[in-house]
Amino acid sequence: MPKVTVDGLELEVPAGATVLQACEMAGKEIPRFCYHERLSIAGNCRMCLVEVAPGPPKPQASCALPATEGQIIKTDSPMVKKAREGVMEFLLINHPLDCPICDQGGECDLQDQSVAYGRGASRFEENKRAVTEKYMGPIVKTAMTRCIQCTRCVRFTEEVAGIEEVGAIGRGENMQITTYLEHAMQSELSGNVVDLCPVGALTSKPYAFEARPWELKKTPSIDVMDAVGTNIRLDSRGRAVLRALPRINDDVNEEWASDKTRHAVDGLTHRRLDKPYIRKDGKLVAASWAEAFEVIKANWSGDAAVIAGDQVDCETMFAARALAGASMLEGRQTGLAYDTSSLSAVNFNTTIAGVENADVILLVGSDLRREAPLVNTRIQNAIRKRGAKVFAIGPVTDLTYKVEWLGDDLSALAKAPKALADALNAAERPAIIVGGGALRYEGVHGAALAFASKYKLVRDGWNGFNVLHFAAARMGGLMLGYAHDGGIKALAAKSPKLAFFLAADEADYSLFAGSFKVYVGHHGDNGAHHADVILPGAAYSEKSGTYVNLEGRVQRGERAVFPPGDAREDWAIFRALSDVLGKRLPFDSLEALRVEMFNAVPALGVEGLADYGWSEPTLPSAVNGKIADYPIKDFYLTNAICRASETMQRCSAELVHGTQYLEAAE
Amino acid sequence: MADAAHTPNEADARAQFGAFAFSAENKKTADMYVGRYPAGRQQSAVMALLDLAQRQVGEETHTQGWLPVPVIEYVASYLGMPYMRAYEVATFYTMYNLAPVGRFHVQVCGTTPCMLRGSDDIMAACKNRGLVKGATTPDGMFTLNEVECMGNCASAPMVQINDDNYEDLDYDSMTAILQDLSDGKQPKVGTQLPGRHTVEPYGGATTLQAMVDKNHDYRGEY
Repeated sequence: MPKVTVDGLELEVPAGATVLQACEMAGKEIPRFCYHERLSIAGNCRMCLVEVAPGPPKPQASCALPATEGQIIKTDSPMVKKAREGVMEFLLINHPLDCPICDQGGECDLQDQSVAYGRGASRFEENKRAVTEKYMGPIVKTAMTRCIQCTRCVRFTEEVAGIEEVGAIGRGENMQITTYLEHAMQSELSGNVVDLCPVGALTSKPYAFEARPWELKKTPSIDVMDAVGTNIRLDSRGRAVLRALPRINDDVNEEWASDKTRHAVDGLTHRRLDKPYIRKDGKLVAASWAEAFEVIKANWSGDAAVIAGDQVDCETMFAARALAGASMLEGRQTGLAYDTSSLSAVNFNTTIAGVENADVILLVGSDLRREAPLVNTRIQNAIRKRGAKVFAIGPVTDLTYKVEWLGDDLSALAKAPKALADALNAAERPAIIVGGGALRYEGVHGAALAFASKYKLVRDGWNGFNVLHFAAARMGGLMLGYAHDGGIKALAAKSPKLAFFLAADEADYSLFAGSFKVYVGHHGDNGAHHADVILPGAAYSEKSGTYVNLEGRVQRGERAVFPPGDAREDWAIFRALSDVLGKRLPFDSLEALRVEMFNAVPALGVEGLADYGWSEPTLPSAVNGKIADYPIKDFYLTNAICRASETMQRCSAELVHGTQYLEAAE
Repeated sequence: MADAAHTPNEADARAQFGAFAFSAENKKTADMYVGRYPAGRQQSAVMALLDLAQRQVGEETHTQGWLPVPVIEYVASYLGMPYMRAYEVATFYTMYNLAPVGRFHVQVCGTTPCMLRGSDDIMAACKNRGLVKGATTPDGMFTLNEVECMGNCASAPMVQINDDNYEDLDYDSMTAILQDLSDGKQPKVGTQLPGRHTVEPYGGATTLQAMVDKNHDYRGEY
C-alpha cells in the first residue's frame, strides 16, 4: 500500500495502482483519451501528463506509471498545464473543425477537454490531414479524419469483443484505424466502439443526425433483448426512443451492451399495434376497447390459459395471472418442459460476474455468443485473465475464444472424456453452463445435475451449476409460476377455452386451434396473425417493469415514452378487462399492483440477486442422442421488436446472410 | 505516402496469388525462423516470414516482390495469428511493398544529411533516366521511391537498390549505376568514391589525429 502525495494531499493507494488512479482517488480530474478502466493501458494519447517526483524532470503519462511509495504528484503545476495545452494543440492539429455537423457534439471528450485544458487558439496554419472513411458494418459510421488514434476501439475489439478485425495500419501521420480490408465487423458488440470513441470518428450509423444529446430525455431501463438484463438508458425525444445506451453495472453488463440492445429500438416505432382488433370472418378488423372486451367476455368461463412472451415484465405476468388464474400458465413458448420444482436448478448460479472466476467451464449446447454475448465476454475474461479452460458439447461454432470441442454427442455428459474429467478433478472452481439448446433433449437437465454432483460443482462458497436462459421474461416468469408441467404442449392438451398470449410470438399457435386466442402485445408479428382479438399493449420502453435476469437478479426499469395510439400499459389492460369480466382486480395503480405482487412473491420486491437456495430435484438422467443445432439461428432477429427494426434487418442480411450493400456515394 | 503506388485490386490479387504457399526451400527457412521463438510465441516470426514471402513473390514474378493480400493471409495463418495483425505489420514497415515493384527497387534517401550532400541531384539522375517517383518504369525495370534516413549519413547521399546500398553518389555515378543495372551488369556496391572503403574519413583524419597511428590518451588535455 504505497503512500503518495497528490497536490499536497497525502493518501494511501492500493498496491499496483497507477498514478492516474491515485490522482482520481485524491479527487483530481485527469484528462485522458486513450486510457479506459476496462481496457489495457496504451499510453499513446499523452493527455494524462502530470509532474511526478522523484523521476525525470519532465511530465509523465500518469496512466502508465505505477504509483510508488513517497511519490509527490502534481496535477496543477504550470508544467502540467503547459504540457496539457501542448498535447491538446497537437491533437487538434489534424482534427477537423466540424463539430456543428458531428454527431459526437455535446458528448465529445475532445470538445470538453479542449475547453477545459486547451489553449483556446491554434497556431497551426498548414493543411490538415484527411483520411478516407472506412467501412465498419451496418452499426458503426466512420469519419476517420476526426480520429485521434487513441486505439480504444482496437483494444476493445481484441480484448472484450474477442475479434481481431480492427487495427491500425500505416504509421506516423499516415496511421489509420480500420477493419481488415474494410469488411464489416463480425461482432455482436460492435456498437460499443461508438461509446468508447472519445471523438466523433466512430458514431452510430442508425442514429446519425437524429438528435443532439441535450435534447434527449434519459430514462434508466432494463434491456429485454436477451436474459442478461443489461442496464440501459433510453434516450427519447417526444414519443420516440432514439437510442439505447448501456448504464454501468459491474455485476451485469459492466459498461457494454450488445448491438441488439442498442439498435433494435428503431423497431419500437414500426409494425406497432395501436388499436384493438377483432377477427371477423377470418379478417382482423379494428375495433374499440369496449367491443374487444365484450368479445372476450363472450368466451370467458372463469379461467384462461396465459402464454407469456420472452420480453414481458413481471407486472404484466402478475396481472394476467391474477385475472386468468394460476392453473394454466406457461412462458416457455418454444416447448421446453424442464423441471422447475427447484428454481436454483434452472438458474445461472455462478452469477454473470462470478463466472469470470471459474477455472474450468463446460458448455452444454450453448451458443453463448448469440444467446448471451455479455456472458460470453465474461468467459473470455476468465480465459484471458485467469487461464480458464473451456470445454463444450455441441456443434462447433465460433465463440471468439479457444474451446475444446467434445463433439455433439450428449453421452459425454454421462461419461466425461478423460481430458474433461481430469481438468474438473483438478479444478478449484469448475462450472457447467447448460444452454436452452440442450434442455430440449430429454434427460439433459437430470444428467447435468448428476454431472454437477459427481464433480462437486457445488461446493463451499462456489456454485458452478448454471442454466443459461435467453428470454428476458424467463426467470421472472418461473418465479411467478409460468411453467406448466409438461410445457406448452401439455397445457394445450387441456384445450383451454380462452388463452391470453402476452406478446408471445414464438409459440406454436396451431396447438391452440380450439382456443379463443387473445393477443396482448405490442407488435404485429406472429402472435397477432393468429389472434382472435388483439389488445394493443406496451413495449418495454413504454412501461415501468420488473425483470429478473438469468442469474435471478431482480431489476426495475422505468417508462421512457407512452405507448402509441390506443395502446395501453399491459397491467392496465388486464385491470380494465377484469371489470368487464366481473372479476375486478384489487389494484388501481402500478404501485398497488406491485404491493400485491410482492406479497405473492416476496423475492420480486427486493432489487438484486434473489436467493433461491440450492436444492437438487431428482430427475431422470439417462441421455442419448446428439445436439443437432442451437436455438438461435439469427442473432439479429430473435423477437418481434428486432424483426420490426430496419437496423436489425440490415444487420441480419449483411452479417448473417452475407448480403452485400453498396454504399451510396455522398 | 501520397506518392505511394496504389495497391492493386483485391480480387485480382486473390486470383493471381490465392494459391500462394512457401516453396519447399522457403518452408524450411520459415520453420527455422519460427523455431527461434519459444512455443506459443511463433507470431514473433511474422516479420521474417513476411520478408521471405515477399522474396518468393519476387522470384515468381521476376521483380523485387510485394505482398498481395492473400500472401499476407497465408503468412498469418502459417503463424496462427489474426489476418489484421499481420496486415498491420506489413503496412507499418516500408520494407514490405504493398504494391508491385520492378526488377530494381530504387530507394533514394531524401532526409536532411543526404539532401545537404546533394540527393536532389540523385533524384534528377533518376528522373532523367525516366524513373518516376512512386511508379515503375514501363519496361518493368525500375521502381523509384523517396525514403527517409537509412543510416548512411557519413557517406551521403545514398540510395538503396534491392538489398544493396550505393553511397557517396553524385549525378554521374548514379546515372552510371542505373545504366549498369539496365545493362545487366553489377555495379560496385557501397561507396562510389575512389580510394574510400567504407565510411572512414575521406582524405585523412580531421579530428582525433593523434589517434590515427596509435592509441592516445586525450584526457589530460581537456
